[in-house]
Amino acid sequence: MTEPRSKPSPLPKAAIFVGLVLLGFTFVVPFLWQILISLSSLTDVDLLTQTGYPPVVKPENYPQVFEKVDFARYFFNSFFVAGWVTLLQVITSSMAAYAFSRVRWPGRDRVFLLYLATLMIPGVVLMVPNFAVTLALGLFNNYWGLIIPGAFTAYGTFLLRQFMLTIPTSLDEAASIDGAGHWRIFTQVVLPLTRPGLIVLAIFSFLGNYNSFFWPLILTKDDNLRTLPIGLLAFDSTYGRETPLIMAASLMAMIPPVILFLCLQKYLVKGIQIGAVKG
Amino acid sequence: MSTLTLTNVKKTYDGNITAVHDFSLSIHDGEFVVFVGPSGCGKSTTLRMIAGLEEITAGSIEIGGRRVNDVHPKDRDIAMVFQNYALYPHMSVYKNMAFGLMLRKMPRADIRKRVEAAAHTLGLHELLERKPKALSGGQRQRVALGRAIVREPKVFLFDEPLSNLDAKLRVTTRTELKNLHQRLKTTTVYVTHDQEEAMTLGDRIVVMSAGHIQQVDTPLNIYRKPINRFVAAFLGSPPMNFLNGTLHEETGGTGLVFDFADAPPLRMRDEDRVHLQPHVGRAMVMGFRPSAMSETPVGRYAGRGNALRLRTEVVEPLGDLIDVSCTTPKGQHVIARVTARPDFPVARDIEFHLDMDHVHIFEPGEFGRNVLRA
Repeated sequence: MTEPRSKPSPLPKAAIFVGLVLLGFTFVVPFLWQILISLSSLTDVDLLTQTGYPPVVKPENYPQVFEKVDFARYFFNSFFVAGWVTLLQVITSSMAAYAFSRVRWPGRDRVFLLYLATLMIPGVVLMVPNFAVTLALGLFNNYWGLIIPGAFTAYGTFLLRQFMLTIPTSLDEAASIDGAGHWRIFTQVVLPLTRPGLIVLAIFSFLGNYNSFFWPLILTKDDNLRTLPIGLLAFDSTYGRETPLIMAASLMAMIPPVILFLCLQKYLVKGIQIGAVKG
Repeated sequence: MSTLTLTNVKKTYDGNITAVHDFSLSIHDGEFVVFVGPSGCGKSTTLRMIAGLEEITAGSIEIGGRRVNDVHPKDRDIAMVFQNYALYPHMSVYKNMAFGLMLRKMPRADIRKRVEAAAHTLGLHELLERKPKALSGGQRQRVALGRAIVREPKVFLFDEPLSNLDAKLRVTTRTELKNLHQRLKTTTVYVTHDQEEAMTLGDRIVVMSAGHIQQVDTPLNIYRKPINRFVAAFLGSPPMNFLNGTLHEETGGTGLVFDFADAPPLRMRDEDRVHLQPHVGRAMVMGFRPSAMSETPVGRYAGRGNALRLRTEVVEPLGDLIDVSCTTPKGQHVIARVTARPDFPVARDIEFHLDMDHVHIFEPGEFGRNVLRA
């Protein structure tokens, strides 16, 4: 057998390479700029635009972030909230996805459509009713208020359902004949095979919640409940903006998501492809 | 080992589409029964109802004398081999085979003993640590078989287990299956659309069409005495020849002849008169297998009006035999399987002889009854 020949690209390789380098450059420049600012003193920030480098390098901006605000606490809060939301989302979404893809019950697909319809409602519209409900449940200004409303997601259910639909139903049937009930089929057959989907959901969910700004902002009053994105605001006070500190803090805040992304990027690519090339 | 009884089993989908009508069958202890029929005939649905994977709309199913209509698949004491094998991709071969036993809380040492014995029987002992994706199609099929064997169930159910294998492997695996059944003597229901598989494997064959049982009998009886035209056409390769014509009294004679209007009529056997008499003067269909034809006079009625003059069109050599595609003067198609010879003439009119002991007369229509089947 001969290998199928790939179609010749309309653009020469060099042109594609140059294009990609330019594109990469536009992504990297703001990032480099951020590093430069984070190492400057506040007075030198304006100079940077002229010289392109800080006249005095000030690495002490980084420890200063921890001195000026309770940055470690914000870090912990972000991790704690994003971690719990991610864990709960993976659990609830996978269970719902199993019910929507592997269990036959009357009206299943209609209910799923309703479920999907909630994705069409903009988050901003839901903000006020969600806030009212959370308030009524007595979850204002505590961790549960930050975690519980985020623990259920139609998007995650949809993502995992699509993933589970690609697993042959004969596996459930074989397991059922082997002696497994729904719980075992779910935990021992379907979940292990949904692992790439679960990882994708976990990454999306963790990043989304780690970066979440508005919900923690309106739901928390105490400083020790604040998460990183809100903590960064402390450097932008009425008495002036401390740009180098904001940059230093946000660079540090970026580290966990970047590590997460680098470790799990192959799953992310797979996740984006889910449903794109089915069967 | 156990008996399996289906009584008036029916399956209806969404209240109006009936996949299986009134299916009744009694399968003996240790018997190998094959359900065969074209796609959509209800054979797989019936098998899935036995397994408990589909609910029964009406009727009852008994395994070993126990009614299992509402019993969960895991409690029916059956094992099933699926068309796509349905091996758990994330488990090793060993775990795939042991999974059912683990769920039944069997002691580990016993599980190991059973799995190893099955692996040895099936030649899988060196593959036990592999994952299914590292196996060939034939090996996967054997693992699926092993998973069924270790359970030592009352009934084996096979849903077209060989259809994903290549032709050569299908034949060898078929023989292995038959061997295995002869050793284990477990009651088996096997679904296939392949008539050759059905003929070679089954103690009895159930031919199905459109949700109905057409005939249940031994392979040889079904081949030799098909109950209707559908069964006759479905089994046998090349398929049975059918010629349209009419039954008449022989002019100036004492017998009955089958007249297909474009060649000399064929004289029917005297002993068949009693069955054919009610159909005299009616349009009927004559059926005979390609092997019932020969270039020399054959059978007890040789030379007594059993010659067919046909125009040869295509010759397909098979070794000792050849298949000759021919047409009658009015264009009815006939295949003859005769002894091979190197210079068989093509595009010539040749006289073939028909063994009248192997001729069937059917009523018209796809499911026309075989009136000669006593």
